[in-house]
Amino acid sequence: MDEVMKKQLEATAVKVRMGIIEGVYNAKSGHPGGSLSVADVLTYLYFARMHVDPKDPKKPDRDRLVLSKGHTAPALYSVLAQRGFFEVEELKTLRKIGSRLQGHPDMKYIPGVDMSSGSLGQGISCAVGMALSGKISCDSYRVYAVLGDGELEEGQVWEAAMFAAHNKLDNLTAVVDNNGLQIDGKITDVCSPMPITDKFAAFGWHVIIADAHDFDSLEKAFDEAESVVGQPSVIVQTSVKGKGVSFMENQVGWHGTAPNAEQYAQAMSELQAQLDSIEQ
Amino acid sequence: MADIVKKATRESYGEALAELSEVYPDLIVLDADLAAATKTGIFKKACPERFYDCGIAEANMMGIAAGLAATGKKVFASSFAMFAAGRAFEQVRNSIGYPHLNVKIGATHAGISVGEDGATHQCNEDIALMRTIPGMVVINPADHVEAKAAVKAALEYEGPVYLRFGRLAVPVFNDESTYKFEMGKGVQLKDGSDVTIIATGLMVNEAMGAAEKLSSEGISARVINIHTIKPIDREIITKAAKETGVIVTAEEHSVIGGLGSAVAEVVTETAPVPVIKVGVNDVFGHSGPAVDLLKEFGLSADNIAAKAKEAVKLK
Repeated sequence: MDEVMKKQLEATAVKVRMGIIEGVYNAKSGHPGGSLSVADVLTYLYFARMHVDPKDPKKPDRDRLVLSKGHTAPALYSVLAQRGFFEVEELKTLRKIGSRLQGHPDMKYIPGVDMSSGSLGQGISCAVGMALSGKISCDSYRVYAVLGDGELEEGQVWEAAMFAAHNKLDNLTAVVDNNGLQIDGKITDVCSPMPITDKFAAFGWHVIIADAHDFDSLEKAFDEAESVVGQPSVIVQTSVKGKGVSFMENQVGWHGTAPNAEQYAQAMSELQAQLDSIEQ
Repeated sequence: MADIVKKATRESYGEALAELSEVYPDLIVLDADLAAATKTGIFKKACPERFYDCGIAEANMMGIAAGLAATGKKVFASSFAMFAAGRAFEQVRNSIGYPHLNVKIGATHAGISVGEDGATHQCNEDIALMRTIPGMVVINPADHVEAKAAVKAALEYEGPVYLRFGRLAVPVFNDESTYKFEMGKGVQLKDGSDVTIIATGLMVNEAMGAAEKLSSEGISARVINIHTIKPIDREIITKAAKETGVIVTAEEHSVIGGLGSAVAEVVTETAPVPVIKVGVNDVFGHSGPAVDLLKEFGLSADNIAAKAKEAVKLK
């Protein structure tokens, strides 16, 4: 990836993180930790990979993304706002009465949201259905599904994995956001889904490992996924929960807690400093 | 008297899908390893390239159906009622109901008439579960003719529909050449003034039998077939309540949450009259031949007639 592009993506990802903090702070609730860990991959997908048109969000031949870890909706909304699907200002309405920006993604009203999701384990099945649909009618679009690592504890994920491999859905790329933490603690302490890579390989998937916070690594991973024929791919991205806000990083307590005014100010000032340093 | 033709509505489901496959090139049918039993195998034979077996994984099947519908396909997802409405309830609610996707759920082997497989497979709760999902249409056809027409109507309708079919061969009493299915409209099969019997599914034929028995005893019973339990025909129910003063409901389903509850919900608001419910009385079923089980659990013309006689005394 060329340096100009990379810098643009890095700057955009910081703005996406600011939108996440803005939304969750104004809502006084929500899930900042996992939103911050997927901010880079969603930025990469919507700004450098997926064929989407903010002016025509329902364009039939667009690429689709299902945020199976739907509680990280603040990240998806912030990316969609930055991409021009709606105003960035609207992020402040997150989770409020009358807002389109529901606590979990709602495809009926939010421009750019391809599937309603949030009940863990279900989004991946819907993405598999979309990929199957593309195969049936020989459409060229690709389907992306973003899952949490804790989400892999849901049995439905493996039902979907089995079906996708059986039907050779090579137009499907799943991303597992491997930040290592879930609500009750470390994934390895709660009910370990490890080893993630071996499990997907055993289910017939092409497995790729990537650094969730390195755009070169992400680009390489998605290039590889797109080149695979005859099987679905999964990118297991090693990520940092709370990435970008020092006091939220790797802290399980920030899974589903909103910052107070002081924490909000500190988070925004840290992110502003990151943006200034990129844009220097 | 001509022989009564009997046919299971699951057969009608499979046949209808196969016929409609020619009209709708974007019709996709899913099953979860029960194609031979749900009769989607008939569609599979006619149209193998548009049939997908999801294996024994009903939750995933509902999500796949949602994904197919979200990309413009017309989808039927099929399994036994126990697994379609029971096991996959939350997937149906969140992946299909909440986004209001155009998925049709073809649920066969509903009710106690599953027979020998016993309680684990006899779903008497599906109507209750499905009708609590906002925007979900719930249809329980009474015979072969109605079932085929219902499948076509569901396909032509945009939005989620739950269709309930049976395993047992039941009498075909509708005339295919004149029958018209109107979603959401009850059908008055017989007029009457003393009591109204409101029935659904295989109990409609029993209700007609009950009305005949009652007639011979001087009781005039109105019979209404409610094939669409949601949205329910409030008008026909209210009219019956006002004109006959008492209602008996009959369904092959728990008395909790099904047709009887739906009818009672209407009349308590519009024309309060006693509603006596014939159904499975909050118990699990057990193994046995379907016809014997129906009798044992009071899902018969005789029991409906007996309840109707009691009901009339409440006026």
